[in-house]
Amino acid sequence: MKNGTVVELENVSKYYPLYHTFIGIKNFLFNLPKAIKELKTKKLCALNNVSFKVLKGETLGIIGRNGAGKSTILGLIAGVLKPTYGKINVYGKVVGLLELQAGFHPDLTGYENIILNGVLLGLTRKEILAKVDQIIEFSELKNFINQPVRTYSSGMLARLGFSCAINIDADIILIDEVLAVGDIEFQKKCYQKIEEIKQQNKTIIFVSHDLDAVKNLCSRVIILEKGKIVKDGDPEEVVEIYKKSVS
Amino acid sequence: MNSRYYFDLITELVKKELKVRYKNSVLGYLWSVLSPLASAFVFFVAFKIVIRLKIENYALFLISGLFCWQWFVNSLLASSTLFLNNATLIKKVNFPRNSLVYSMVLSDALHFVLSIPVIILFIFIFKQKISIYLFLLPLFIFVQFFLISGISLIVSSINLFFRDLERLVLIFTNLLFYVTPIIYSESMVPEKYKIFIYLNPMAHFVILYRGIFLYNKFEYLNFLFVCVLSFIVFFIGYKIYNSLQWKFAEVV
Repeated sequence: MKNGTVVELENVSKYYPLYHTFIGIKNFLFNLPKAIKELKTKKLCALNNVSFKVLKGETLGIIGRNGAGKSTILGLIAGVLKPTYGKINVYGKVVGLLELQAGFHPDLTGYENIILNGVLLGLTRKEILAKVDQIIEFSELKNFINQPVRTYSSGMLARLGFSCAINIDADIILIDEVLAVGDIEFQKKCYQKIEEIKQQNKTIIFVSHDLDAVKNLCSRVIILEKGKIVKDGDPEEVVEIYKKSVS
Repeated sequence: MNSRYYFDLITELVKKELKVRYKNSVLGYLWSVLSPLASAFVFFVAFKIVIRLKIENYALFLISGLFCWQWFVNSLLASSTLFLNNATLIKKVNFPRNSLVYSMVLSDALHFVLSIPVIILFIFIFKQKISIYLFLLPLFIFVQFFLISGISLIVSSINLFFRDLERLVLIFTNLLFYVTPIIYSESMVPEKYKIFIYLNPMAHFVILYRGIFLYNKFEYLNFLFVCVLSFIVFFIGYKIYNSLQWKFAEVV
C-alpha cells in the first residue's frame, strides 16, 4: 500500500465478446474465415481506459445509467473479472455485497448457510465460528436460524446475506444496489452499520441509483458514462450534475 | 492460497453436498448403493440367466466393477453442469473455483466408500476369502480421485464455452461403459481389441478392484499404469482449468 491507496486502476479497459445468435453449423463452416473474424472483432466495450484511485477510509459512490460499467468495475475490484487492458491493484481483503444470497443453498438451515457463505467469502471455519453469534444477532433471525432457508421470505434472506457480508472484517467493501431490500427499519440498521464501518477507517465502494443515499453516505462520487469517467469529486456537486444530465 | 483456508473451504463444500443430496428422500444414503445394485440386478438377469455367461460368482463380479464405475459416472455427469449451477457464486465471489470440483468428486468418493461394506457383504454371501490386499483400497481411491478430478476439471471448464459437451459426455460415458470390463471380464476380449481396454483408465480400476475383492490379487502393472495416466490427466485438467478460469465469470 502506498500513500494510503487501497484500490488503484490504471488505464483499465474491459471488452466483452458479443455473442450473437449462432448462424448454424453449416453456414459457420462454409463461411469459416469470415465467421471467425466476426467472433474476434465484435466486442462490447464496457470500460474504456478508466483510471482512478481509492484511498483508505474513503467511501466512493459510483453512479451512472444502466450499462455504464458500474458493475464491471466492482467485478474487477472483487477479482472475478480480469481487465482486457490495463492494471488493477487491490491492497487488502475485499468482500462484495454484490449479490447477497449468492452462496446460499435453499435446503440448508440459516446457520449452515452462514458457515458456508463465510468460507466462500474467504474466512476459515474458526474465524467464521467466532463471528456467527454476531451475525445471527444482527440479522434478528434467531428464531428461524435452524430452519432451511427455502422457508425464508425474500426480506429474511436479504437480512441474512447482508449480516454475513457486513460482519466479515474486510478492508474493502463493495456494495452493489442491495440496500433496497428489507424493511425500512432494517435498512436504517444497515446504513448505521455502514456509518460504523466508515468510522473504522475502512474503504467502501458503493454503487447505487439511490442518489440521496449516495449523497449521504459517500465522501466522493464518480459518474460513469459509456465506460468512461465523466466526473469525479464532491458528492453534493457531482450528484447535482448527474441529476441535470439525466433529466 | 492459505492451505488451512483451502481445507476448510473444501470440507464445508463436501458437507453441504452430503447434506443436500438426499435431504428430502426417505431412504437417504441407501440410494447411492441401491441404484448400482439395481443395475447389477438387470445385468445379472440379462447376462447370467438369459445369455448364461460363464463367469463364476457373477453378482459379486458385477458389483465389484459397478460401484467404482458409479463414482466415475456420477462425478463426470455432475461436472458438466457444475459451474453453471453455481453461476451466481462464480459471477459475484472470488473464491478458488476448482474447490467446487474437488468437493463434488470427494462427496461422490465418500458414497463409494460407504458402498464398500456392501461388496464385503457379497464376499461373505459368496463364501469368498477376504483378501489381505484390501489395505490397498485407500491407495486406489486416492489415485482414482485424481483421475476423476482431472476429467471433471476438463469437462466442467470447457462446458462453459462449449455447452454441447454436456450431451457429448452423456453419449461418451454410455459408450465407455461397454469398453470397460464391467459386465464381462477383460480376458474375454479378443486380442486385437484389447488396446481399447488398456487405454481406458477406468478399465484398470475395475481390474484392480476386482483383483482385491474377488481374486485375492494385486495387479501391480495395472496400478502403475493407471497411476501415471491419472496424474497426467489431472495435470492436463489443472492446466486447462487454470487457463480458462479467469473467463468463467464472463461466460456463465
